[in-house]
Amino acid sequence: MVVFDKPKALTETPFHYCPGCTHGIVHRLVAEAIDGLGLEDNTIGIAPVGCSVFAYNYFNCDMIEAPHGRAPAVATGVKRADPSKTVFTYQGDGDLAAIGTAETVHAGARGENITIIFINNCIYGMTGGQMAPTSLIGQVTTTTPYGRDPNLQGSPLRICEMLSTIDGVAYAERVSVDNVKNVLATKKAIKKAFEIQQKKIGLSIIEVLSTCPTNWGLSPTKATEWLRENMIPYYPLGVYKDKTKEEGEQK
Amino acid sequence: MAQKYLMKGNEAIAEAAIRAGCKLFFGYPITPQTELSEYMAKNMPKREGLSLQAESEVAAINMVLGASAAGARVMTSTSGPGISLKSEGISYIVGSDLPCVIVNVQRGGPGLGGIQPAQSDYNQATKALGHGDMHLIVLAPASVQEMATLTGEAFDLADIYRTPVMLLADGALGQMMEPVDFEEKPHRALPKKDWACTGHGGSRKHNIVNSLYIEPEVLEKTVVDRFKKYEQIEQNEVKYEEYLTEDAEIIIVAYGITSRIAKTAVRNAREKGIKAGLFRPITLYPFPEKQLDALADKENIKTFLSVEMNMGQMVKDVKLAISCKKDVYHFGRTGGVIPTPDEILTNIEKYVGGAK
Repeated sequence: MVVFDKPKALTETPFHYCPGCTHGIVHRLVAEAIDGLGLEDNTIGIAPVGCSVFAYNYFNCDMIEAPHGRAPAVATGVKRADPSKTVFTYQGDGDLAAIGTAETVHAGARGENITIIFINNCIYGMTGGQMAPTSLIGQVTTTTPYGRDPNLQGSPLRICEMLSTIDGVAYAERVSVDNVKNVLATKKAIKKAFEIQQKKIGLSIIEVLSTCPTNWGLSPTKATEWLRENMIPYYPLGVYKDKTKEEGEQK
Repeated sequence: MAQKYLMKGNEAIAEAAIRAGCKLFFGYPITPQTELSEYMAKNMPKREGLSLQAESEVAAINMVLGASAAGARVMTSTSGPGISLKSEGISYIVGSDLPCVIVNVQRGGPGLGGIQPAQSDYNQATKALGHGDMHLIVLAPASVQEMATLTGEAFDLADIYRTPVMLLADGALGQMMEPVDFEEKPHRALPKKDWACTGHGGSRKHNIVNSLYIEPEVLEKTVVDRFKKYEQIEQNEVKYEEYLTEDAEIIIVAYGITSRIAKTAVRNAREKGIKAGLFRPITLYPFPEKQLDALADKENIKTFLSVEMNMGQMVKDVKLAISCKKDVYHFGRTGGVIPTPDEILTNIEKYVGGAK
């Protein structure tokens, strides 16, 4: 009896990700959500520049590779061309919260019925470990060799908190994949985000706290510990916006 | 007789786009193309289309990328400063072989420049619309009627060759009113968009729209294949107009609004007994090189004078086209200043029979 099978929404192509990287887990969770809701035939995914740029080889739905940071704008074009489709973006922190901040905020402001999967690992992975907009104070990266100094490089952005203030954002939740319990919670959150999209009530975003052992210079085990000890205190897990609940309360 | 409408050039582009089946328009406000966006905002919702004001030129071109990748006919319009911002997206659209129509209603530059008509984005349009080895088909209308006709053709060319097509107009053409006839033109046979990301429906392999190729040999092949497509475009799609070139001694080369002023100057020169003619490129890319070269081979033609609203951009393409077989000069006004027929005539007199 098969108790653990590959989701249909993933191709046979092996992931290129580093050992201990959590992209693989999140890819799988996204694919499971697509399978679970029976959306694979009808879904278009968008992956812009970053470690996940090759996501178009991994997801077994139609895929578009977008310019750096522009995935929410590309997703807007796809969704507006055919609102009956399911559209998701899969973006890293540099992509979503630095070069693509405007596209992210305004996709939220327009209440685009798209789902954003936001991988926050506090670093630029693909280019080899530079400071991200979400790098923590004091964090050493190749472009903050003396640690991130708030007077010099500013403070890390809390995206879910920021987006939760926008009327067009229907759902914003921050999750983590540092242990089994949190992985299961992430799976539930991603599924919920796609369900919100089907309800057509606005943008849904799931921020996933993730690890980058290679560029953090830590073993996979130490990396998950670092995430728990440093990232979760600054980026608390939880639901920051849920329009379905707000509507319920109003009734 | 077909009904004619009196409208601005910018509006004619918008109306022609809707009639050509453009379903989505993404723009950002900028002078002197504003009427185009406003016409779309007013009319698209009534005609099963969508017009959306983006948060930036960057976002607008990426919305175009998405809608095009989803298989829709889509357009954006702007002026020079906006094209600079869009150039990232344009390069990705070329690299992903996506069709769309991009309008540049030119104004004076560089920088914020001004809002009066100019042709100073010629080099940008024909040579530098984005990073990488690439071209766009560039069409240069010279009347409100052509704004409409070439818009329809632009959508067809984009779909046939899977490439973005630029309409390069200017503030004068955009703002001026002329009668225009939108009569149905026979549409060209269009290929099926079986590459589009519409959801595979369980009936085909997943489609990927992408411009990333990590292996140099693979990337090289995609670029070489695209340049084969450009060769086809050069063979099949060059457009130009000749006026009194047959017996001419001096040929004015001018496009867009400048070509109309130059036409008056040519007529005035003829009245003075100077055998002047006009060559008007309609496609700026592909540039009508062979046709110009054929003129340069004619014995009676001694001189070429490129008249442009810039400091001398197209003049270099004229020289290349005719391999400097004959003398080539430039006359231009820039910064939003429109040359007068008299100024052009003075330059015709100056250069006819060689520089004095």
